[in-house]
Amino acid sequence: MVEKQVKVMLRTGLQARPAALFVQKANRFSSDIYLEKDGKKVNAKSIMGLMSLAVSNGAVVTLIVDGSDEQEAIKELTNYIQQEE
Amino acid sequence: MPKVRTRDIIEKFSLELISGEEGIDRPITTSDISRPGIEMAGYFDYYPAERIQLLGKTELSFFKQLDEDARITRVEKLCTDITPAIIITREMEVPKELIEASERKSVPVLRSPLKTTRFSSRLTNFLEGKLAPTTAVHGVLVDVYGIGVLITGKSGVGKSETALELVKRGHRLVADDCVEIRKEDQDILIGSAPELIEHLLEIRGLGIINVMTLFGAGAVRSHKRITLVIDLELWDPNKQYDRLGLDEEKVNIMDTEITKITVPVRPGRNLAVIIEVAAMNFRLKRMGVNAALQFTNRLSDAIEDGDHEDV
Repeated sequence: MVEKQVKVMLRTGLQARPAALFVQKANRFSSDIYLEKDGKKVNAKSIMGLMSLAVSNGAVVTLIVDGSDEQEAIKELTNYIQQEE
Repeated sequence: MPKVRTRDIIEKFSLELISGEEGIDRPITTSDISRPGIEMAGYFDYYPAERIQLLGKTELSFFKQLDEDARITRVEKLCTDITPAIIITREMEVPKELIEASERKSVPVLRSPLKTTRFSSRLTNFLEGKLAPTTAVHGVLVDVYGIGVLITGKSGVGKSETALELVKRGHRLVADDCVEIRKEDQDILIGSAPELIEHLLEIRGLGIINVMTLFGAGAVRSHKRITLVIDLELWDPNKQYDRLGLDEEKVNIMDTEITKITVPVRPGRNLAVIIEVAAMNFRLKRMGVNAALQFTNRLSDAIEDGDHEDV
């Protein structure tokens, strides 16, 4: 299991479209992926759960990945939410 | 982030703010309430300062009898940096010493027209609800024939689609994808939707739909006690699925045992009907009718009879 604190750099935060993209990326991995914010932990493969957190730009979230492809998963997802566009 | 602040109870119980307005954002960390009678008498060794302090008729009439010095020192000790609020009940007059001390320490002093005991129990109920331990699970919560059914399973197994079919059949959606669970009492789990995604359902290919505006107010509920967990999983030919229904599997959520049924998913199986029947069967069992048990009893009788005939 790997865990990492990440600061969200996406300009709009995890708004609907970026959240959908994030979930799509997360679903490519077989590992269990969770995202935690303010003590609330949701399954990062489910869009509704992710959006219910209302993650804003600048927020610090924790990515928790557990499974066979955890290293690649955490790398790719971290890159995604740390990009500024 | 604190779950409850003094501000919330002012709004909830329409309390009158007398003094100490600066402190209304103080967090309330416990549902216990203190009636500082013994503290009024001067004994502060075990003063539970972090609790809400409730002053009723007894405490205030005793306070009036004290001489001025004692009055000042005792209210001074009553108002600490962590006291969330001091509440006067029965619309009684607030002692001026208390107002002064509370302004200095910014402890909100509030007033309610209710009687002390009555107010105390309402306040406890409210705080217990708010401060109850919570967790969030990945799943869909639907009220099926009055049974709160939590449908779990991996992403993409068809939880939301099953919920949609159930809603179409007249059942009620509580939460999709992310269910917030609050533990009340010893073993009661109440599920609700995070505010942002209440009434919404996500269906692959359609996107986000609003169940309430599509199907009406009768198709949704704000919260529901969870009594049954149905776990959907892709059919695994190597796994044995329950064929009899004699044993009950349990799952542990927040130290509470909940009955769990594992339902294998395969094209052609109508999951909504299976879940409806599972809910009805669960109700029936709780009413004391266990079809599987009755049948095995009949079977063992028949086997015994057969044995006798052989002799």
